[in-house]
Formats: sequence, structure tokens, C-alpha cells
Amino acid sequence: MNIEESCSMSRPRAHLLPLPHEGGGEGWGEGVFPSCAGLSPSPCPLPLKGERVKWGWRRFAIGFIATLVAAFTASTPAFAAAPKIDSGDTAWMLTSSALVLMMTIPGLALFYGGMVRKKNVLATLAQSFGATCVLTILWMIFGYSIALTPNADAATNQFIGSFNQFMLGNMGVNSVNPLAATIPESVYMFFQMTFAIITPALIAGALADRMKFSAFIWFMSLWLILVYCPIAHWVWGGGWLGSMGALDYAGGSVVHLNAGTAALITCLVLGKRVGLGSTDMAPHNLVLSVIGASLLWVGWFGFNAGSAVAANVNAGMAAAATQIATAAAACAWAGVEWIVAKKPSVLGMISGAVAGLVAITPASGFVDAQGALIVGIAAGIVCYFSAVWVKKWLGYDDALDAWGVHGVGGALGAILTGALAKNAVNSAAHGWLFDGNGHQMLVQLYDVLGTFVYCAVVTFIILKVLDAVIGLRVSREVEIEGLDINLHGETVHG
Amino acid sequence: MKLITAIIKPFRLDDVREALSATGVQGMTVTEVKGYGRQKGHTEIYRGAEYAVSFLPKIKIEIAVKSEMTDAVIEAISAKARTGQIGDGKIFVTPLEAVLRIRTGETDGDAL
Repeated sequence: MNIEESCSMSRPRAHLLPLPHEGGGEGWGEGVFPSCAGLSPSPCPLPLKGERVKWGWRRFAIGFIATLVAAFTASTPAFAAAPKIDSGDTAWMLTSSALVLMMTIPGLALFYGGMVRKKNVLATLAQSFGATCVLTILWMIFGYSIALTPNADAATNQFIGSFNQFMLGNMGVNSVNPLAATIPESVYMFFQMTFAIITPALIAGALADRMKFSAFIWFMSLWLILVYCPIAHWVWGGGWLGSMGALDYAGGSVVHLNAGTAALITCLVLGKRVGLGSTDMAPHNLVLSVIGASLLWVGWFGFNAGSAVAANVNAGMAAAATQIATAAAACAWAGVEWIVAKKPSVLGMISGAVAGLVAITPASGFVDAQGALIVGIAAGIVCYFSAVWVKKWLGYDDALDAWGVHGVGGALGAILTGALAKNAVNSAAHGWLFDGNGHQMLVQLYDVLGTFVYCAVVTFIILKVLDAVIGLRVSREVEIEGLDINLHGETVHG
Repeated sequence: MKLITAIIKPFRLDDVREALSATGVQGMTVTEVKGYGRQKGHTEIYRGAEYAVSFLPKIKIEIAVKSEMTDAVIEAISAKARTGQIGDGKIFVTPLEAVLRIRTGETDGDAL
């Protein structure tokens, strides 16, 4: 594939590849490009702003009811003849998939494991590792299918995919998903699976030290199906947010704001850890956290550059933007800390790096190097204050700052993507500052609000149901003695 | 015979050991311990959460010596362990009733 061809193979996936519902009178399929370069939205072949809101939310309501019926009955016909598989794209996506898996195990496991107390380190590792195993199976059974295969019914497809790939039954060696036309479907399914693993696993940061393992596994499973899969479909699978033109290159809202919101709700429902404020809850081994954060950083190139779903110019720019923003955010967080708390901490550096990775996630692939620098600096500063100050003011016990870093960083990144996206970097995007498309800011706001509200409500319901049925939290005695010995029958020696 | 127990800052251990060897001390037992005296603890801050750490890491050295060596050993330890900063540690001297070398059965002065 030559450069010009490959240039168009970028996120948002839903726009650039033909989907069954496009051109079906939806109007939204045209998105905000290619003719929205003016200062006002008026040149766009789109309804006015007010109509846009009504349309989206009415569809939201109607569609979910329709979904329950249609998703079980409708399925798309077998996909059309596959385009040529590109060996370069396939090689990069295989690599990216492995890199993103490495982000969860051992990256996230170590990052979180080092930050908890020694009596809970194995339980924390078990959450990441257990989530990886269980969510893999669920993604195989029907998660992939409802998230990323198009539903034959165009209206239903705004909200949920089909059951066409139930048990991956129609995934042959030669099959291709139209969302990723140059790689085998097996590779695309695996790549997206690693996203479906890390997103729920991120929530574990908020519920550390006090959730039952059984409740955790149930929560991860239900959350994947009821929250992650629908939202992934909305943005990447051809659903309403992607059709509206929301820019989310690699998952600022789908992954990070989504997981962060769930984290906030979870720590509010669970309540504070026993002894918060009076006992020593200092991280037991920050060396583990540094290794984990560094693995996250390296793995993130699969996450962001891999979201080009091709080995092309967008992947290259996404990788560069990721590196720049991450370093800038680490400098910014540690710099603020140096001024405010007089010392630049190691935990501050790695927290800043993760905040930068989170915030550049939706923007990578849409912004240039300067844009990435701005996103990084903003993420380091904003996430510092959210994790250190806002948490203290409001008093919620987000133990490892899953909301403070991933939720806030994801939302910040999504908004900044609207401002800093550059058509010259990615033909799929028309941003506010460089391309004069102020309307993109509004779309990004819908993206953030839609994700936040849906995730918050459904997460709350899942938790309340689980609490009533099996109970969410360990007993006070177990919590004080430690989760490792009580939940897993093991402890760390030495 | 005396049992000399010294609590010192961990990074002074090598110098102290060398000085003790120079005075003729044949052996010693070293333990990593935690504790506090007038230095109290310190404060650690993680993402804005402050934790008071009361017990600081120290090194405990135990040496059994003949009574006539006591002053030389105390002098060696205090000279090498002193930084002048708070938290340099303490030396305790206690009488020692009996010593037995397990391998040979030698006792008291012969066993030191």
C-alpha cells in the first residue's frame, strides 16, 4: 500500500470505511468533514446544533429499546469479498496487540500492585490477571460481536452491533472486518480484545484494598458487556457518537473517561477504606510501580499508534505525539509538585507520565508535535490537581486515582482533541484552533457527557445489584488483616 | 566481659566495622532494625497524602568483648558513627555472664 492510500486508513474507523448504514438517509454519516472548514457550523451539510442534540438523545432513548429486540434477531449478511490483506499492516497490528496486552499484564498489575499496602499486593495483581482471563473469554463469546460488527438495522446500529460473530463463529482465516479492511479479522478481534481487557482493569485502581474478588469478577464481566461494548460501538463501531463526528483516536472517552467514571462511581458506592487518614497507606513498593508505569508507556505505542489499524503515516505521528505528550506531562506533574510540595516525587513523575498517556490517547493521530506538547503539559497540571487536591476536598477514596488520572485525563484529552486536531495531520479531522471548526468542540463535549452519563448510571446499577445479590465489600476484619491471605490464601514473603 | 550494643545510622556501618576490626574485635552480629529516639520519624507524601513514619531504619551491632577492651570499642564506634546530626544513635554496655563457643565447648574469655 502506498502512502496516500494508507493515509486515509485512520480513525475514526467508522467514517473512512464503508459501513452498511452509511448513505442510508442518516445524515450523520457525513460527519463534520469534509466541508466544515468554516468558522461557523453553517457550511456544514448538517442540521443546526439544537436539532443535533435532540436527534442524538432521542435516538439514544429509542435505540436502546429497539436494541434489546433487534440485537437478538438481526444480524448482518456475511461480509463482502475481503480487500487485500496487507502484510505490513498485519505485522504491525499483531505487534500492537501484544503491546497493549502487556499494558495490563504486567504493566497495570505492577503499577497498581506497587501502590497498595503489602498485605494487598497479590489481590491487586489478581485483579489485573483475573480480568485479563475472564474478559478474553467474554470478548470471544459475544463482546466483540456486539461492539464491533455492524448491525443490519441502521437505527439499531447507532447503539449496538450484531450477534453475527457469536462465539466468533463466522471468523475464518480469510475473514475481514470492514472497520479494518487490510488485516485479518482475527488480528482486529485480538487487538480490540486487548482494549476490552485493559479498560475494565483500570477501574481496579479505585476499588483497591476492599472489594471481594468474586464481586470484582462479576463487576468486570457485567461492565464489559453493559458499558464498554455499547460505548465502543457508539464511537468506533459505527454508532451515534462516531457518526456525529466525535474524534477519539485510541480511546480517550471509550477507554479512559469510561473507566475513570466507573472508578469514581465504584469508590463512592464502596465507601472509604478502613483507617483512611489515620493509618499508614503509603505505597509498599514504588519500584514495582515504576516498572509498571514504564511498561504502560512502552505498551501505549501499540495502543495509540496501533489505533491507526495500519502501519502508515498516522501511526507514525500518533507514536511521536504519544512520546512527546507523556514526557511533557511527567515534567509538568513533577514540576508542579516541586513548587507546591518542595520535592519532585517518583510517584509524581510516573503519575504524570500516565496522565499524559491518557490525555494524548484521543488526540494522537489528530494532532501534530506542538499539539501533543500542549496536551501533555495540560494533562500533567490538571491531573495533579485532580488527584492531589480535588480528591482531598471532596473526600472520595479513589485509592489509586483511577478517576483523578484516567477520568479527568481522558475528558481533558477529548476536549483538547477538538481544539488541537489538525486537518493537515489527519484528513478525518477538522479541529477548532487550526481548521476553524468550533463545532467540533461541541461534538467532543457530547462525547464526554454521553460517555460519562451512560457509564455512571449503568455502573451504579450494576454495583447496586451485585451488592444486593453477593455483596461488594470484604468484612472489616478481612480488610484489616489483608486481602492476600484472606481472599487468595497467599502472602508475599521477604 | 561486656556485651556492647550499638544503634547506628545504616550508612556508617562499613566504617564502624573497619574501625572495630582495627581494635581487634573478632566478630560481631549486625541486624537491620527500626526505631526512633529524639530524631522522631519523618513525613512521607504520596500524591498529597501525608504519612508520618515513626520508625526509621537503623543498624544494630552486637559485640561481646573482654572488659578491658570496652573503652576502645566504644571509642571506635562513637568516632566512626558520629555525623553530628540528630539520629546518630546510641551505645549500650551490659555485663555479660557467660559465653560458650558451640563448636569446641570453650567458655568465657577463650570463647570470645
